[in-house]
Amino acid sequence: MAATSQRDEWSALSDLLAIGSAGFLTILGLILAMAGEDRVMAFHGCLLFAASGLALLYMLTQFVEEREPADTSGYADGVIRAGVIATVFWGVAGFLVGDIIAWQLAFPALNLDLPWTNFGRMRPLHTSAVIFAFGGNALIATSFYVVQRTCRARLAGKWSPWFVFWGYQLFIVLAATGYLLGVTQSKEYAEPEWYVDVWLTIVWVVYFLVFVGTVAKRKDPHVYVANWFYLAFIVTIALLHIVNNLAVPVSLLGTKSYIVYSGVQDAMTQWWYGHNAVGFFLTAGFLGMMYYFVPKRAERPVYSYRLSVIHFWSLIFIYIWAGPHHLHYTALPDWAQTLGMTFSIILWMPSWGGMINGLMTLSGAWDKLRTDPVIRMLIVAVAFYGMSTFEGPLMSIRSVNSLSHYTDWTIGHVHSGALGWVAYITFGALYCLVPWLWHRKALYSQRLVEWHFWISTLGIVLYITSMWVSGILQGLMWRAYDQLGFLEYSFVETVEAMHPFYIIRAIGGLLFLLGALLMAYNLWRTVRGDQPVDATDQPSVAAAPEFRPGEYTAPAE
Amino acid sequence: MAKEKAKTSGSTETTGHSWDGIAELNNPLPKWWLYTFYATIIWAIGYWIVYPAWPTVSSYTKGYFGYSQRERVSEDLAQSQAEKAVFRDKIAAADLEAIKADPELLNFALAGGAAAFGDNCAPCHGRGAQGGAGYPNLRDDAWLWGGTLDAIHQTIQHGIRAEDDQTHMSQMPAFGKLGMLKPNQVSDAAEFVMSLSGNADDEEAAARGKEIFATNCAACHGPDGMGNQALGAPNLTDQLWLYGGDKATIVETITNSRAGMMPAWAGRLDPATVKELAIYVHSLGGGQ
Repeated sequence: MAATSQRDEWSALSDLLAIGSAGFLTILGLILAMAGEDRVMAFHGCLLFAASGLALLYMLTQFVEEREPADTSGYADGVIRAGVIATVFWGVAGFLVGDIIAWQLAFPALNLDLPWTNFGRMRPLHTSAVIFAFGGNALIATSFYVVQRTCRARLAGKWSPWFVFWGYQLFIVLAATGYLLGVTQSKEYAEPEWYVDVWLTIVWVVYFLVFVGTVAKRKDPHVYVANWFYLAFIVTIALLHIVNNLAVPVSLLGTKSYIVYSGVQDAMTQWWYGHNAVGFFLTAGFLGMMYYFVPKRAERPVYSYRLSVIHFWSLIFIYIWAGPHHLHYTALPDWAQTLGMTFSIILWMPSWGGMINGLMTLSGAWDKLRTDPVIRMLIVAVAFYGMSTFEGPLMSIRSVNSLSHYTDWTIGHVHSGALGWVAYITFGALYCLVPWLWHRKALYSQRLVEWHFWISTLGIVLYITSMWVSGILQGLMWRAYDQLGFLEYSFVETVEAMHPFYIIRAIGGLLFLLGALLMAYNLWRTVRGDQPVDATDQPSVAAAPEFRPGEYTAPAE
Repeated sequence: MAKEKAKTSGSTETTGHSWDGIAELNNPLPKWWLYTFYATIIWAIGYWIVYPAWPTVSSYTKGYFGYSQRERVSEDLAQSQAEKAVFRDKIAAADLEAIKADPELLNFALAGGAAAFGDNCAPCHGRGAQGGAGYPNLRDDAWLWGGTLDAIHQTIQHGIRAEDDQTHMSQMPAFGKLGMLKPNQVSDAAEFVMSLSGNADDEEAAARGKEIFATNCAACHGPDGMGNQALGAPNLTDQLWLYGGDKATIVETITNSRAGMMPAWAGRLDPATVKELAIYVHSLGGGQ
């Protein structure tokens, strides 16, 4: 009895805190909307006011209606379902913007001569949409799913998980609208201005607390490897984000700020951040996803526990050094370039440890590649991961970099990782999660997954091969001299030579987008509960746990 | 989910844990993986020994090779400049006609001019110097400020309407905007201008425009519209148009005037390069 009343007190305190915070943010939004010194700040104040106001109203109605207290014994899956929907939505939006700017590069008239639609503003919209909106939502949603299942504990916090979800969406909207309206601090992958950075920091700290709080409640003394990776991702991203974005705002009511670093220090901090955003957001986080969904879907044990320990710690330790390879042949001192390059080479095997563990987990079940397109997507993702993490160290070698740097080769490399690894592992996870979360017996259509797989794979192949050719051609043209020592080609000639490859790339992107639309349709039909068209072809693991023969799971929410 | 020693088909034991049904085998590290990992570490240590690598309190380890990127770049640039200096010094000293007469110097100047043109001039004049609306075609024989070697050299050095004491400066009045001509007069003048190249549609209007032209335009463009290169006034009797020869564009030109701008290159490029550019542009087909 005493325990119950204590829990009620905690619950009341958390309600009070949540309502108080929402009230505070509503007032803050109103102040910014009224007193914002520039129009974007006023607009963003309106957004904050509207978002927090709605949250406040919702919480108050919950309070007033005095409903039966929700069942909090099972897993908290509502926020994960929301995260899955957001992942698909932002994914399609991000791929669409990416393909638009790919066409803009081939046909500059598509910039439309409008400030909001020019490449300079659309490009960060694309990168942030795919990395932070699509990738971020995928990581938050899957980490919430995985941490609950592997710790056998409900998510910590009552309002906090929902705050993480909605707060993160607000971050995305603030960042994206800011870009289109011309607000940026001009740091690649860290474009949002100071006030959006502050907001993300708050959201991220709550995310950290929810995750760690859930791990702390675990029923097994051992923490599963997926959770190590998720935790490394959450902690390191917080560190990177805060250090790289240290800035002094011109006014607390205005959007503009100045970064505290300057010159080569700024460049070094930026690429320490930039490369580790790749390392900890796009690698460690998604390895966490891989370590749950690959063995779960394949119904096979993970290949090697020892390898997972060694490659985790070596990856974490070494990745953080690799940033300077983005600044070869610049004002960055030689010694820093050397360290960045050598640690990138050492990083090769630690990265491949994850690939080996992913691929070898399938040993004894390779036939599933043929019968289950979801497994195929997950495993092809791991293969692309292996390819990108070989290509990366290769490109970090100073003499290779002198050819590849500033060319489309870099863009191709990034996309073999982004489309092949990040997006495919996410697609695989989404195809697993939707029937599991919405209690369906199977996906609506496995044939559509096949189509998605082949259309998107063709798109990726077109994308990366065209960028290899274009990048190497570009690099060779830039460095071609005639007999008298003059440059053989002017810059504009090298741009002209890229044109056909830009068209091929844009077609590749279009195919990738089409695949994602097929997925969205398929998942929507699954969520709606439509009769699956080919349930018998699907493996039993495609069904939600309660429909699988002989498997007991704790009841979900 | 307690400790359950499960054997699997690979006969490797699991660690005995299971999370949501996922177990872990305890396979050893693949040998090739481990040895490659060691090899990369050894390679890195070797690299640190021979190249600059680790920061110290006030300096850094210089490495056995004594490599320095800045020194390497300076050396490469110095070498490249030394190789070119043989010709460059001669070009800088010689006058334009002398360069043109010497096949070796001419060959060098054309190569250097083409390279400099691609990076500095092509963005406006086009990669083949074919020009575009507002940017003169440099391959034809219609010159605004003269097509001799010296005239081209002068134009490149000092630009047009540029921030330079000796820049080419001319200003056609915005006849319509300033109210000097009424819209119907502008229209008539435009019709007359078109008649100069045989393109008039309305002979009556052209006849009315003749007088307007004589009063307002002839001072610069000449009584017969042949232009005046000393003033940068274009010839209006040929079929070549900088902004366009249709009625609407000519009306626009007379109403609001035009004032294209070309930078002065004398301060941006070294004198030898400017000379090379002059020779290159002169060689394109329209040089006089």
